[in-house]
Amino acid sequence: MSAPRKLPRWAELGLLPLVNLLAALILSGVVVKILGESPWAACKLMLAGSLGTQDGIGYTLYYATNFMFTGLAVAVAYHAGLFNIGGEGQAYIGGLGSGLVALWLGDRAPFAVVLPCAILGSASFGAAWAFIPAWLQARRGSHIVITTIMFNFIGAALMTYLLVNVLIKPGQQSPETREFGAGAFMPLASDVLAKVGITFAATPLNFAFVLALLAAVLVWVLVWRTRWGYAIRVAGQNQSAAVYAGISPPRIIVQAMLLSGALAGCLGLNELLGAQHRILIDFPGGAGFVGIAVALMGRNHPVGIFLAAVLFGALAQGGSQLSFDMPKINRDMVVVIQGLVILFCGALENMFRVPLAAMLSPFAKKQKPAA
Amino acid sequence: MCPPATDSTVTGGTAPALELRGIDKRFGTVHANRGISLSVARGSVHGLIGENGAGKSTLMNIVYGFHQPDVGEILVGGRRVHIAAPHDAIAAGIGMVHQHFMLVENFTVLENVVLGVEQGAVLARSLAHARGELEKLARDYGLDVPLDTVVSELPVGVQQRVEILKALYRRAEILILDEPTAVLTPQEADALFKMLGRLRAEGKAVILVTHKLREIMAVTDRVTVMRQGAVVGEVATRDTSPRELAEKMVGRAVLLRVEKAPAKPGEPLLAVRDLEVRDRLGVARVKGVSFDLRAGEIVGVAGVSGNGQSELLEALAGIRAPARGAITLGGHDLVAQNFGPRERRRLGLAHVPEDRLRMGVVTKFSAEDNAILGYQDRADYQRGPLLNRASIRADCEKKMTAHDVRPALPLLRISAFSGGNQQKLVLAREIDCDPQVLLIGQPTRGVDIGAIEFIHKKLVALRDAGKALLIVSVELEEILGLADRILVMNNGEIVGELARADANEEKIGLMMAGVKEAHA
Repeated sequence: MSAPRKLPRWAELGLLPLVNLLAALILSGVVVKILGESPWAACKLMLAGSLGTQDGIGYTLYYATNFMFTGLAVAVAYHAGLFNIGGEGQAYIGGLGSGLVALWLGDRAPFAVVLPCAILGSASFGAAWAFIPAWLQARRGSHIVITTIMFNFIGAALMTYLLVNVLIKPGQQSPETREFGAGAFMPLASDVLAKVGITFAATPLNFAFVLALLAAVLVWVLVWRTRWGYAIRVAGQNQSAAVYAGISPPRIIVQAMLLSGALAGCLGLNELLGAQHRILIDFPGGAGFVGIAVALMGRNHPVGIFLAAVLFGALAQGGSQLSFDMPKINRDMVVVIQGLVILFCGALENMFRVPLAAMLSPFAKKQKPAA
Repeated sequence: MCPPATDSTVTGGTAPALELRGIDKRFGTVHANRGISLSVARGSVHGLIGENGAGKSTLMNIVYGFHQPDVGEILVGGRRVHIAAPHDAIAAGIGMVHQHFMLVENFTVLENVVLGVEQGAVLARSLAHARGELEKLARDYGLDVPLDTVVSELPVGVQQRVEILKALYRRAEILILDEPTAVLTPQEADALFKMLGRLRAEGKAVILVTHKLREIMAVTDRVTVMRQGAVVGEVATRDTSPRELAEKMVGRAVLLRVEKAPAKPGEPLLAVRDLEVRDRLGVARVKGVSFDLRAGEIVGVAGVSGNGQSELLEALAGIRAPARGAITLGGHDLVAQNFGPRERRRLGLAHVPEDRLRMGVVTKFSAEDNAILGYQDRADYQRGPLLNRASIRADCEKKMTAHDVRPALPLLRISAFSGGNQQKLVLAREIDCDPQVLLIGQPTRGVDIGAIEFIHKKLVALRDAGKALLIVSVELEEILGLADRILVMNNGEIVGELARADANEEKIGLMMAGVKEAHA
């Protein structure tokens, strides 16, 4: 009846997102045209800037690493039926965890020791920050969307306070900590590849990218291959069925949010240990919010999240390239394009569904009639 | 119950109220309607009967404009009409009463009727106009409805009348009723049938979509039987019998009655004492209920839905915590020890929930993922920290074969199965772990006749194997067919207990309505 038409699987997962993406890019082109630049040239610049050079690829994947962590965080919560908007705050506080470990151990321990401690630090701090909204939702019914948004602000205020008053390196103006010791530096892709004889441009792409990929595999196994993941998915799909099956929805809410917060918290591994080598104001830079779009576009599946994270990484990198080379376009254009992608892939996701289904219907089998 | 009309009520000479010619509809590879022709005369009640998936709903959705036919035409009063959407159907004088009512619960009856057909911007005028007209309609058709009562406060049977009023107010000449008695007591159903008689007498055409043979026999003039998308027979109701109709529907001979030997009740397995269950607002829904459930017997709980049966079932299954009372199973007091569904399953208590789609399955999951719901902790489903996919699949395949679940595809989404096959899988899941006590809510809700027979046989076989079964059903026929002992609930209390031999539909119906003396 009025329900969205069914598409074959390949079209649902491949064609539809592609068509939506294309529509977003075409509209972005219109905006570029209005600003007085050639959309075609802008498109080429963005592509070349993000995926055309080693430099571009390095930066794209570096950004993508952040988005994978936050995207996975959103996806885990989603499977438990929760909309975690708090990735930004969880990443911020989680970063504090890894940053403190790095400040403490960076000078006195080798990387092999720092790394597990830093992972633990970011995951536990991120999880702790997610725990409070989770507990409020599970026990008090406070809506998690509201509480996680508020916790973004509380987290930001807390971090500003800590950086300005407590953690700041003495004798400077900018609210940043001192630089970590060398033991807390993530190995850079360029260095690692050089060791095996491959030259790769010097970019911030670092070992955290591999960690993000591992996290994606871990999430896949946890959600689709374990009893716990099964319980999460049941509770996320149908709370009555969960209770019926002896699964406690409040417990699942808390557990899933802990994992979600831990994943978001791992952003600090890439951003702080991998690139900045210090804790600084607002280092997540909106990646927590982009993670929502990434999860949405990636259908909350690790493979989709990887692809979407790379896309958004490319947009971020290509966009900054664009603002360098085209004087009439500034960095905000990236936000416009991101916004349009989110609009078409998220909010207007079903706009092309019916025409697509109609076009494909001669080849595909559709849903059975409700009789 | 009103007698079927005689020939004289059918107006001779004029065109039929509704005529369908060669309606054909495919959904991809599924051929839902195959060249269906149907003619409904003015002043008649026409039954449309068939199993789930036979194409009845598709056909009616075409008539009401939800679907477009691939081929074929629709004639109303002899005139070809194009129905692209429900409002075209309404304009053509077709009204539909859905199985799930389309009412705004916190609006009054009057507001609900006017909704969507207000005249002008001033609501008060439309309401006043509607009030006059509705009072006239109510007089003409005996549709007594309090116009200023909020819909949510009305009993289901009256809400249904509001739906009918809505259609009549929109000047419907053809009224389609989709499974109208699913939510009614036998008495309410009879009142509905009387009302349909009035509509017929006033010259309206009524199409009654149902799978209950009793209703077809009681109220219709003609009946069309559908099977697998095609019309397999159209007869005058007085020339046919339930058995003949059932055989046409299913395509083979069916047993309408469950064949079973007398029960041999043994030890009580489940004891319930003074159980009180309150809802979220603190209102008692089950009020001090006590009974025993013995090995080797089927106890049926009859009652109009909403009289505490659902709450009783959920309290027994551990989904709802009772306010007081005791439930004893295998030497444990489940209430005092605060055992949840998981612990109760371990003690051998299985539960087929009343509302399959709300609680019994996760609609977006595959069949195999649904086949472990509630048993996801079982050791043979695990392999180290992971779920053992291979064993889960093999187990699901085994269940599907043993319980005749079709198609036997463990990876198919559960929502793609018919209601009957979903239910068979849920039943398989709950029976398979050899429970001692089985709680079953609405064993055959939304299940077609062929599958009903299968499910009933399974339940009787379980009884004969010495299990204790508690069945809650709104289908009196089912209770009478299966139960060895019948508890009747009204307003949260057990108002009577009958041995099967002493029970009949009328007695139970009166008790369901709260008349306690009936069991004396």
